[in-house]
Amino acid sequence: MTTALGNEIVDGLLKALQLIFSGNPTVVEISLRSILISGLATILAFMWGLPVATILGLRKFRGRFLLKGFFNAMLGIPTVALGLILYLFFSNTGPIGFLRLLYDPVGMIIGEAILVTPITVSFTTNAIESVDPEIKDLAKTLGASETEASIAVLKESINGVVLAVTASFNRAIAELGVALMVGGNIAGLTSVLTTVIALETNKGNIELSIALAIILFLIVFALTISMNMIQRRRT
Amino acid sequence: MKTVMELENISKTYGNITALQQVNLKIVEGEVFSLLGPNGSGKTTLLRIMAGIEKPASGEMRFNSVKVEGGNINDVRLKTTMVFQKTALFNTSVYKNIAYGLRLRERSKKETDEKVREVLKTVKLEGYEKRSAKRLSGGEQQRVALARALALDTQVLLLDEPTANIDPKNVSIIEEVLSWVNKEKKTTMVIATHNMFQTETLADRAALLLEGKIVKVGVPQEIFTLPSKLLASYARLENVFSGVSKVTGEGTSLVDVGDGVQIETAFEKTGNTTVFVRPEDIILSLNPIVSSARNSFKGRIVEVSDLGAIVRLRVKAGRDFTVQITKRSFNDMQLNIDSKVFLAFKASSVQTV
Repeated sequence: MTTALGNEIVDGLLKALQLIFSGNPTVVEISLRSILISGLATILAFMWGLPVATILGLRKFRGRFLLKGFFNAMLGIPTVALGLILYLFFSNTGPIGFLRLLYDPVGMIIGEAILVTPITVSFTTNAIESVDPEIKDLAKTLGASETEASIAVLKESINGVVLAVTASFNRAIAELGVALMVGGNIAGLTSVLTTVIALETNKGNIELSIALAIILFLIVFALTISMNMIQRRRT
Repeated sequence: MKTVMELENISKTYGNITALQQVNLKIVEGEVFSLLGPNGSGKTTLLRIMAGIEKPASGEMRFNSVKVEGGNINDVRLKTTMVFQKTALFNTSVYKNIAYGLRLRERSKKETDEKVREVLKTVKLEGYEKRSAKRLSGGEQQRVALARALALDTQVLLLDEPTANIDPKNVSIIEEVLSWVNKEKKTTMVIATHNMFQTETLADRAALLLEGKIVKVGVPQEIFTLPSKLLASYARLENVFSGVSKVTGEGTSLVDVGDGVQIETAFEKTGNTTVFVRPEDIILSLNPIVSSARNSFKGRIVEVSDLGAIVRLRVKAGRDFTVQITKRSFNDMQLNIDSKVFLAFKASSVQTV
């Protein structure tokens, strides 16, 4: 039994490597779609998350502590629960059903962006807060306006922002709940690495699942290592 | 002479703490003005208001005769700049640090390159462009901060304790540069310091700031020879301690001046008192010495000021003591920032204010 399972793994691994190195069109298509959806979701999350993090990190206002606490608490939101909420909102009978976002890549991008926003906001806020408070004043004494001084602080916190980008992208590409419930794993349209791995394993298509899992690992590692290298070069 | 900055009834509070009270001051074009006062007297707050990075609670500031308000605060920031006590540098190269303000002023790349090279030469850091600013020594970092300020050729240069916490070699370079800039470029400077020797050597005029109030404005000699006994003692600013005195019964008193420091005096007094020890009356040694001196403390050097043949040291020994020794002793004992030292002075050297 153990030997049979062992053989299955080795066999699956070999076939998976074959699929990867032969440039199997399905594998390539699913991988590229995953990168595209997660990448755009990360960009979207930063478009709305960065201004929020900048305000949270630089301004003192009533309710700031509560808002920070909210984003920190949302870091651990179960992806399936968020997927269900989004499903209810995006479905035909839901409040924004008319936008036809369910089972659509755009819906997946929005869903993943919502999922990673707490990471974007919390990590970036912490990075901004850790910058020497005199940097903002320094920029002003050198002639910067309020906005230019805030940009100077953001630049100083770039290592933390890079970490936020990496963590957000990794979370988006590696999660299953939102991708499956909002995307529905429609072949050629919304199937991504995680959804295909989960469903093809159930169907017994082990080699494709292993091939995609290896690619998922490689993407996550490659991104993390290259971001680390960029950080090191900066310092 | 033209007045560059004019402060009228400036007050500032932080919660219940009053940092500045009704400050009135005029800074004249081309002068070096020293804000002299002990730590916590409001010097930094006043400089920050002058730099346009802090708003006064009340009062008015005029820059080149124009009232400074929210709308024109950026104009003030473009015409003044400030060097902070705690060196603040961007986490990037020396070049980019210095170029920052020039880029905001939309200078061309060629102009920026030339200016960076010129100011680095001024602060004796030629060829440092590509070095990581944060990896330089404390003194070199402060020189980069000064170069960055000088690059902007602003009308007013504000300096907050520019030589605190750096070694004597760097102190000399910075003081030399400041004198040169004032003479050659006629830049108006306001220097906040607690070091009266620096005031004497650099400043044309000075203001004595005590507990947020300006008690005297004049040429440095006027400040140091104030008629009032109280002001004369405060004007020394260094080694003035207040506390509660108790009689020991042996002809002396012990004054508890806080932070675990008790100073023995050769007079008998009970209750609140202020005492003063002259920096030159304190003996400094590397090891504890057995002597007739009734006061002995262990401490660490936190600031060194090179005054030519004389070196003044600020030693943290619970409270901060200023000690004056010769340059020869300083070199022989191989002293520097953070050196562990022992201080001793006689009870009879302690004067009451």
